Amino acid sequence: MPRVAIVGAGMTKFVRRAQETAKELAWEAASMALESCEMTLDDIDCVVLGSAPDAFDAVHMKSEYLSDGAGAWGKPYIRCYVGGGTGVFAVIQGWYHVASGVFDTCLVVCEEKMSSCMPHPQGAFLTIFDHTTERPLGPNLLWIFALEMNAYMNRYGLRKEDIAYVTVKNRRNAADHPCALLGDPNITVQDVLNSEVLAWPVQRLDVSPISDGAVAIVLAAEHVARRVTNKPVWIEGVGWALDTAYWTNRDLSYPVYVEEAARMAYKMAGIKEPRKEIHIVEPYDPFDYKELHHLEGLLLADRGKAPEDAARGRFDRDKESEPDWLPSSPSGGLLGVGNPIAAAGLMKVAEIFWQLRGEAGKRQVPGNPKRGLAQAWGDLMQVGTVVILGI
Amino acid sequence: MSVHINEFPGIYAKEEDFAEGKILYTVWYPKLHYAWDAGVAIGRYLAELKEGRIIGRKCRKCRRIMVPPRMFCEHCFRPTDEWVYLKDTGTVLTFSICYVTWDMVRVKEPQIPAVIQIDGASKGMGIMHLLGEVEPGKVHVGMRVKAVWKPPEEREGAITDILYFKPLE
Repeated sequence: MPRVAIVGAGMTKFVRRAQETAKELAWEAASMALESCEMTLDDIDCVVLGSAPDAFDAVHMKSEYLSDGAGAWGKPYIRCYVGGGTGVFAVIQGWYHVASGVFDTCLVVCEEKMSSCMPHPQGAFLTIFDHTTERPLGPNLLWIFALEMNAYMNRYGLRKEDIAYVTVKNRRNAADHPCALLGDPNITVQDVLNSEVLAWPVQRLDVSPISDGAVAIVLAAEHVARRVTNKPVWIEGVGWALDTAYWTNRDLSYPVYVEEAARMAYKMAGIKEPRKEIHIVEPYDPFDYKELHHLEGLLLADRGKAPEDAARGRFDRDKESEPDWLPSSPSGGLLGVGNPIAAAGLMKVAEIFWQLRGEAGKRQVPGNPKRGLAQAWGDLMQVGTVVILGI
Repeated sequence: MSVHINEFPGIYAKEEDFAEGKILYTVWYPKLHYAWDAGVAIGRYLAELKEGRIIGRKCRKCRRIMVPPRMFCEHCFRPTDEWVYLKDTGTVLTFSICYVTWDMVRVKEPQIPAVIQIDGASKGMGIMHLLGEVEPGKVHVGMRVKAVWKPPEEREGAITDILYFKPLE
């Protein structure tokens, strides 16, 4: 199987409402990714697009609509969509295009424009609930997160203040990200605890913002990658898994599907001791508790212990002296940079790419990290997608 | 962020730019109506709700008694075998106290959605419903609850034939 590397990446700012159309955002990110590795569209063999439901844009077959901006015209092209897991899954899909040996290069583009959906994109999200047994109860999307967060807190006796530090860490990290929507170097745990209660235990600052934005990366088979760059970042392992859609029949306190996806990726990458062999991690953080939940699912923290690890600074970007130090969401994550669904997941992969190349600027994790993991999650709290990158 | 990139694209459109007509846009109100067939398993579930009963479905292979009922077992990937009447009481597995509507308008009286494990079904088999007749601050995981039904003449074969679950004590 050919080795596959990421050789270039680009992204737009993440903003609450972008003046650009979805197509224009996709073009900005895709052209920047190509430029970053001095390639042109002629060098691209196939294109993978990730984007969330058509209902956000009210455009039927959004993949076709976005194809021009994604550079897909006249090329083998496919769109993937696995809810919030899309941004990382798009990389997996691009990887198997190239790893199959059929294509030498693949452009992966993820775009999201959530602001078009009025008055709130939740109107489109609500259709994840079962139309007969759940929607007549008048649910809103926050319910499932609140129910899951409470199940997690109750299982391990966690308090809100144990979890709120994730928001603080990520928004402080995001202050150094030039594309971030909500960077804030001065935010405190008390700010999070004082924020408006939406659906207890979820408060305003526990949640990532609605955003518009796009991210793109370029994948290449080894023989091309070595010609294009002297710093290829290899895709060493990928994994994905799905749990049952009967979400009220599951133990919501632990993401089994994330563990299954992680085990698949660790096996492929030959990783036996993830806590020693993974140097930086970008777990999916649409809510603060989700980052902790996912770190446990990824086997990078003991069950129920991620909150105290976070509180002692184990996941901070610069606390090298902490035992088992593991910088988590050095980008600032969805909580800080923003959450344009599919683009947010790919942003996490792009961050690991920049970090491993030593190009993350003010966000650079010290100690020359050699291997990183990005993970996303979605659907009805049931899909896990994992990519492991290394140099 | 790469350190080689100085300027990132993306124009932050401010609300006032729209209000003042500096940024043009088009508005569309979709008119979409759907009628979903309840299906075999949920059809029976709804018919029993109309009679004031909760019904589940059993798989003889894994021995799970499942609610909501289904005609196939997703674990064993085989047909389920029999209908089983369950109780209309249960245990709160998790809950939320929600102060906003889906479009983020604040409400005075919070809704209390919960996952309720139904007595008679297998461990962990819950359904989503609402809690009522309870102080929000008194709700806890593990709380025993009982369904409050609509009067029989008002039931229509819907999940809302149960108005909410209230504390059992």
